[in-house]
Order: sequence, then C-alpha cells, then structure tokens
Amino acid sequence: MSLLGWIGVAVLGGAGTLLRFRLDGVVQQRAGGSFPLGTLTVNLLGSFCLGLLVGAGVGDTLLVVLGTGFLGSFTTFSTWMFETERSAEEGDGALAVLNLLGPLGCGLAAAGLGWALGASL
Amino acid sequence: MPVRDPYVREPRTGVGWGDGRLQAAIVAGGVAGALGRLALDRAFAWDGRGWPWPTFVANVAGTLLLGHLVTRLQERLPPSTYRRPLLGTGLCGALTTFSTFQVELIGLARDGEVLLAGAYAGATIGAGFLGVYLATALTRRVTV
Repeated sequence: MSLLGWIGVAVLGGAGTLLRFRLDGVVQQRAGGSFPLGTLTVNLLGSFCLGLLVGAGVGDTLLVVLGTGFLGSFTTFSTWMFETERSAEEGDGALAVLNLLGPLGCGLAAAGLGWALGASL
Repeated sequence: MPVRDPYVREPRTGVGWGDGRLQAAIVAGGVAGALGRLALDRAFAWDGRGWPWPTFVANVAGTLLLGHLVTRLQERLPPSTYRRPLLGTGLCGALTTFSTFQVELIGLARDGEVLLAGAYAGATIGAGFLGVYLATALTRRVTV
C-alpha cells in the first residue's frame, strides 16, 4: 500500500463520514418517526455504489481509496446495530426486527444491483 | 446547533452542516476510523476467499466500542457537545462499514459459498447486536 493510498483513505474517509452525518440528518429530519431511515439511506446508497465499483472491476488503488476510504466510512454498521439494540431495549421488538431484516434485505439488493450494473458497463 | 435526541439517535444537525468545531470533530473521528479499518485490511491480507476477517473484526470491535462510549457519555459523564460526534459518529461510524459487509456477502454468494455467506451474515449481525448489548450492560454495571 503506497503512502498516497493511506492519505487518500484518510481524506476520503473524513469526507465520507461528514457526508454521512449530513445526509443522515437531512433524511431523518424529513422522515421523522422512530424508524432510522437516515442510517438506512446512507447504507443503501453506499452499498449500491460499492457494488458498482466492484462489478465494474476498478483497479486496486481506486477500490481502496473510494471503496475502503469513502464508501466504507460513508456507510456504518455500528450505528445500525446500536439503533436496533436500543429499540429492543426500549421494548419495541417489532421495530428492532424490522430494522434488522429490512436493511439486510435491501442492502443485499442494492449491492447486488450495483454489482450487476457495474459488470454490464 | 446539533439537536440531541436523547436516547436512540446520533446527534443530528437537522438543517445546515452544524458549526465548524462539530464538523472538525466528525472528520477527525472519521479519519481515524477509516485508517483503523484500512490497517485491519492490511494486517489480515484477506484474499477474497473464506471468512472476511478484516471487516468482521472492524464491525464487531466498532459495535462494542460504540455501545460502551454512548452509554458512558449519556449515562455516566456530564453532557459534552463534541465527544459523541468525534467518537460515535466519527470513529465508530467510520471504523465499521455496511457497504463492504453487503458486497462481501454478494461476492461469497457469487462464488457459490452460500452457506459461508449465511454464516458470515448471521455471525456479524449476531455479534454486533450482542456487542452493543454487552458493552452497554458492562458499562452500566461499573460505577465510575
């Protein structure tokens, strides 16, 4: 891994994180309600884009910088799990189950769709 | 100003990008999290076959850390404006990843490793959920 790769991941990782915060906030604000739609939105968008990159077979360096750096930081697993666990803890089991299965199913569909589209380019 | 929704959610800006220091905290945490995930990638040198250890370790470690941090910040320490954005949204958010997890599952399934993909999905989600639960419970039990 070249130094430029590490710098690229650092810069785009920071940018992806900030963009996640912003998009998550906007979507959640508009959507309202207790379902974490903001987290789902960034995760689905990021999964689709990463599927696209992998399907298109972009080079290693580009994949590390854009995939690991930007999209890896733009999407988040910990917030998803945290929001699900807190829903369950608060007694909203239905919301917890919905927030486990919904993002998993939609995430696989988004990543698979992106991959197929990328491969066909 | 960030709006702190007291229990479930990350702090949200709602309208606007938030103030400069808030953004700086999020970016600093994000840079550290992304570099940590890249370091794990390099350390394991996963070749795309078998169990995706780097992502698995990053995701499980990030949920343990987030469960501990948020519980400690919300229930143990005096209110702070920048710790949660720095450590929660930034560090843990960027250390963990959803997109790589999903694309790895698709990749394993495409290679015909459907059972492995199922086990990996179940283990990641199970360990992630349990990680938040255990870290929360342990942090609450310890009196600081």
